[in-house]
Amino acid sequence: MTMKTIAIIGAGPAGMEASGSLARLGYHVVLIEKEATVGGHLKNLFQLFPDRRPGKEILTHLVQTIKHPGIQIKVNSEVSEVQKLDNSFALKINEETMNADAVLVTTGFDLYDATEKEEYGYGIYPNVITSADLEQMFHNGKVVTEEGKTPKRVAFIHCVGSRDEKAGNNYCSKVCCVTAVKQAIEIKELLPETEVFCYYMDIRMFGPYYEELYREAQEKWGVMFIRGKLSEASQNMDGSILMKAEDTLAGKPLRMNTDLMVLMAGMVPSASSKKVAQQFKMEEGQNRFFKSADNHYRYNESQQMGVFIAGACVAPMNITDTIANARAAAVKIDEYLKN
Amino acid sequence: MWGFNITKTRAIDFDKNNREPMMEILRLEPSIRVCIACGACTATCTSGNLTPFNIRQLNVFMQRGEYQELKKEMHKCMLCGKCTLVCPRGVNLRHLILKTREVLLNEEPLFAQN
Amino acid sequence: MQPNYFDPFVLPFTLSMFALLTFLVFKYGSWIYRFGASDRKKVFKGFFSRNSWLAMKEIFMEGLLHRKIFKTNRRLGYMHMSLAFGWFLLIVVGAIEAHTFAKGSSPFYFPIFFRFFVPGTHESFFSDGFTQLMDLLLLFVLSGLFLAVLKRFKSVWVGQTKTSRKKPIDRVVLTSLWLIFPLRLLAESFTSGIHHSGGFLTGSLGTFFGVFLPINQLAYPAWWAYSLALGFFFIGLPFTRYMHIPTEMVLIFFRNWGIKLGVDNPVLMEVEINSCPKCGICIDTCQLSSMAGIHNTQSVYFIQKLRYHEDYNQVAESCLMCGRCEAVCPVAIDLNSIRLMHRADVSATREENFGFIPVQTRTADVIYFAGCMTHLTPTIKNSMVKILNASGDKYWFFDKEQGACCGRPLKLAGQLEAARELVERNRQMMMESGARMLVASCPICYKTFAEDYHLGMEVLHHSQYLERLMANKQISVEKLEVSAVYHDPCELGRGSGIYESPRAVVQNVAKLKSSVYQKENALCCGGSIAHLTLPLEKKKQIARETLRLLTVEHPQVIATGCPLCKKSFTGESGTKIMDIAELVAKALVAKPVREAAKQQKEPVYL
Ligand SMILES: Cc1cc2nc3c(=O)[nH]c(=O)nc-3n(C[C@H](O)[C@H](O)[C@H](O)COP(=O)(O)OP(=O)(O)OC[C@H]3O[C@@H](n4cnc5c(N)ncnc54)[C@H](O)[C@@H]3O)c2cc1C
Ligand code: SF4
Ligand code: SF4
Ligand code: SF4
Ligand code: SF4
Ligand code: SF4
Ligand code: SF4
Repeated sequence: MTMKTIAIIGAGPAGMEASGSLARLGYHVVLIEKEATVGGHLKNLFQLFPDRRPGKEILTHLVQTIKHPGIQIKVNSEVSEVQKLDNSFALKINEETMNADAVLVTTGFDLYDATEKEEYGYGIYPNVITSADLEQMFHNGKVVTEEGKTPKRVAFIHCVGSRDEKAGNNYCSKVCCVTAVKQAIEIKELLPETEVFCYYMDIRMFGPYYEELYREAQEKWGVMFIRGKLSEASQNMDGSILMKAEDTLAGKPLRMNTDLMVLMAGMVPSASSKKVAQQFKMEEGQNRFFKSADNHYRYNESQQMGVFIAGACVAPMNITDTIANARAAAVKIDEYLKN
Repeated sequence: MWGFNITKTRAIDFDKNNREPMMEILRLEPSIRVCIACGACTATCTSGNLTPFNIRQLNVFMQRGEYQELKKEMHKCMLCGKCTLVCPRGVNLRHLILKTREVLLNEEPLFAQN
Repeated sequence: MQPNYFDPFVLPFTLSMFALLTFLVFKYGSWIYRFGASDRKKVFKGFFSRNSWLAMKEIFMEGLLHRKIFKTNRRLGYMHMSLAFGWFLLIVVGAIEAHTFAKGSSPFYFPIFFRFFVPGTHESFFSDGFTQLMDLLLLFVLSGLFLAVLKRFKSVWVGQTKTSRKKPIDRVVLTSLWLIFPLRLLAESFTSGIHHSGGFLTGSLGTFFGVFLPINQLAYPAWWAYSLALGFFFIGLPFTRYMHIPTEMVLIFFRNWGIKLGVDNPVLMEVEINSCPKCGICIDTCQLSSMAGIHNTQSVYFIQKLRYHEDYNQVAESCLMCGRCEAVCPVAIDLNSIRLMHRADVSATREENFGFIPVQTRTADVIYFAGCMTHLTPTIKNSMVKILNASGDKYWFFDKEQGACCGRPLKLAGQLEAARELVERNRQMMMESGARMLVASCPICYKTFAEDYHLGMEVLHHSQYLERLMANKQISVEKLEVSAVYHDPCELGRGSGIYESPRAVVQNVAKLKSSVYQKENALCCGGSIAHLTLPLEKKKQIARETLRLLTVEHPQVIATGCPLCKKSFTGESGTKIMDIAELVAKALVAKPVREAAKQQKEPVYL
């Protein structure tokens, strides 16, 4: 019997984990990544919730997994053409053509483009940043304002571009509440004198130890939680940001100045997922993420025979779920190819 | 006379409150049902910026069958539409305010008891 | 001695004609009677003025030749013209023919049934010529009728995608209208056949019918039928859309005498409503039908609801007031204003609603009013501040901390009473500043400042202000390397007639690309605050479709002049949306600091 080949598109946590699992099951895996390095969004994460372990640890672990003779890694590569054959797909990658008996799509997500919410001032006022920008600051070990000062106050804005009909995204991005809490604590650790606020509509702590993290932020770090959605922000002469929201629990409008405002930009289906969807004629769900053949039972199968899906391209999810999801997909692919 | 002053109860009496006007308003503009009380409307509100006028809270009162505040306050809205523009749930607040006024003004005798 | 030109068959026509004329005299008389005093004065003054001649000219151009319909749609124009102008000529030429023959008085129905009373060839002046001419005119009318019938059954053939819905009574009267000319053709042909007379059409048809039809027996009933068709039509006319034929003429007179609709002239409104021929042109131009799948609210349907006193509330609220229909309406009905008049005013009247607005004034040369929406698009606001600072003008940022709304949104929602109060409050503050100029960034605000505030100072939209700053060399710019298509905001373009200033501004700072959908034909972004009920999804649908049509030339930037347009487009667009103020701010060349300082002797208020 010849060895079957599986093409995996996107080398984020989902793609990497699935590669390892499938290679260990004895398949030949071609892992295709459009960027120069593997790791997806995980590359940019300094510490992970809920246990604050370094993102690097998981990344190293995943990199170990894909160091397997059965895995061929193609970075800086994208599928340019797809041809559906009887029981397989002919894929064109970098002018070479390969044959894949099954395809796993793990193209992940993009961060919501916060400049679209012009009233929040991202891209206009330098002291308005996103959680990803803040993560970068943590990497650099230094959180400062545009003017190079230590912020006396930092405000996190939940649900930016998620749960927002105006942004066209009605869904909840799931990980940003807990990310905000995690980042709030990181700020407090780094800058104990700094006041930290979270502006939320609802706090969604869906995973194990997340609620505990929330409590820790209140109890140990004195992070303040204000229930209200930011309506608009403007810049003061000194570069600080004037925020407007309603403190809905007090029932009064609230104004607050802050030195740094962090937008918890949500997850949106990645632009390149859209391209892949067209190439493989896959369906999108109402939320524009890939549509599963069945929401409970065939979660990792797309509507297209032989094409599987896993990770954050299916729905917003954290790394734990992404990895579990990737393994589940590997099992499904194995079953499919053995039939 | 002393001792016979009717003091309004401090609780919202959902059973006794007249919910007819509310049902009528919701029929004319149902989108307020999806409000998640985020307060963005109140925060951005042009009138709320100048005077204590809390459109989110008034709408909560309305949905509980409490109209006193609303009747006093509803004419402060300038219908500028900012609230509608920032609402994450796409609630058509401008139209809701118009319909609230219409119902509470025009049909007042009908709903006299509240 | 005069021959006796009478036969009972003329009665249906004659009596119904009298009835109709009596009705019209009463109807129009009552309109004039119900006009306000000033309008009534205008009628009496205008009657003998030169304006009546202008009105007649206009009636000729629009009512008969249908010039405006021609402009939007040739085939439809021909249809209307051949019916209206052809019929008119038939009457005029017929009357001349009859009078030449009778050389004196004759009953007024005589020309209509001329061929019946004078069946054979005769020797009066130019009789042959008249006969041929009348045949030609009849053919002209019949060709239009042919198109009308086609349109009824397949409207695309005359170049329209949809036709307006009709009521049963309309159908009866329509049938009699359609029958008039074919019956006239038959009657004249039969008579000509019997007497071997008639022109190229009736004569030859008569001969032809004579071969196989008992035309001797058929002629008289045909004349009866012709007269009955006319009778039905005239009697039914007041109850149907055909009322527009006489009313449109009256309307043209009223307008030429200077009577305006404004927002509260219910009588002229009634005249306008009755002038709508239901041509249906407003259906095709409405984006609610072409892009949002809403097919019950277009102006023709709204007007119909008003005319037949149907429940109009929902429909009154469902309109972008983009003015696209008004721009193409051949009768120039004030469709937006009429819609406005029917939005219920539930502002508590005679009550101080906005007493909480703080009174604040400053002295300044220029007042800058950003507008509520602009506070949600801070790039526009910041760009304007940057430009204003560079201009050296001493300005007052009126709503820097967010003042009150301009009042137009209230007006657009029909809350006229409340709008008036708001306007008055803002006006006071503006007047006290002693400024010579008011600059607004939002076209919605601009329109109401220009039309309702009566400030006695110049009111400019920022596009006009920017144009002037560049022309005066108050600011200097360096052209950017981008191509831009300019999207006309409804309130600025069709609403206020400002098309050129923003284009001049864009041309100065970028490569301006043109679009089919520009100026009068510009599309609405879908976000209009005038539509009170449009769900967000439909707004987005309109925005997407508009963007698709705007970007066929692949501009790098879509430039616009309205914060609301920008908001509606952003998020749906793959192309960058920028206000013209942003473009200018980007292209601004900073002046040497010292020169700028010299110019700013007075402190600049921010
Ligand atoms: C700010 C932030 C903080 C977070 N913090 C945590 C945390 O602390 N703990 C946690 O558990 N989770 C966290 N998450 C969630 C975590 O990032 C995701 O669960 C995870 O990245 C999902 O992995 P993925 O492989 O599905 O997608 P991605 O990480 O998005 O990977 C997708 C990969 O596919 C590639 N790709 C896309 N399209 C193509 C194509 N057409 N061809 C080739 N390659 C392609 C991309 O380049 C990318 O490398 C956080 C998320 C955010 C936004
Ligand atoms: S996880 Fe929290 S911040 Fe993120 S979208 Fe959901 S509710 Fe909003
Ligand atoms: S429309 Fe009324 S409630 Fe809404 S923001 Fe404007 S003033 Fe406030
Ligand atoms: S903005 Fe919308 S969702 Fe938020 S409180 Fe107001 S109406 Fe409710
Ligand atoms: S409103 Fe104007 S465009 Fe519409 S049907 Fe009437 S006349 Fe025609
Ligand atoms: S104003 Fe615009 S939206 Fe309203 S009926 Fe006319 S074309 Fe349609
Ligand atoms: S018209 Fe609109 S943008 Fe202008 S001030 Fe009023 S609400 Fe604001």
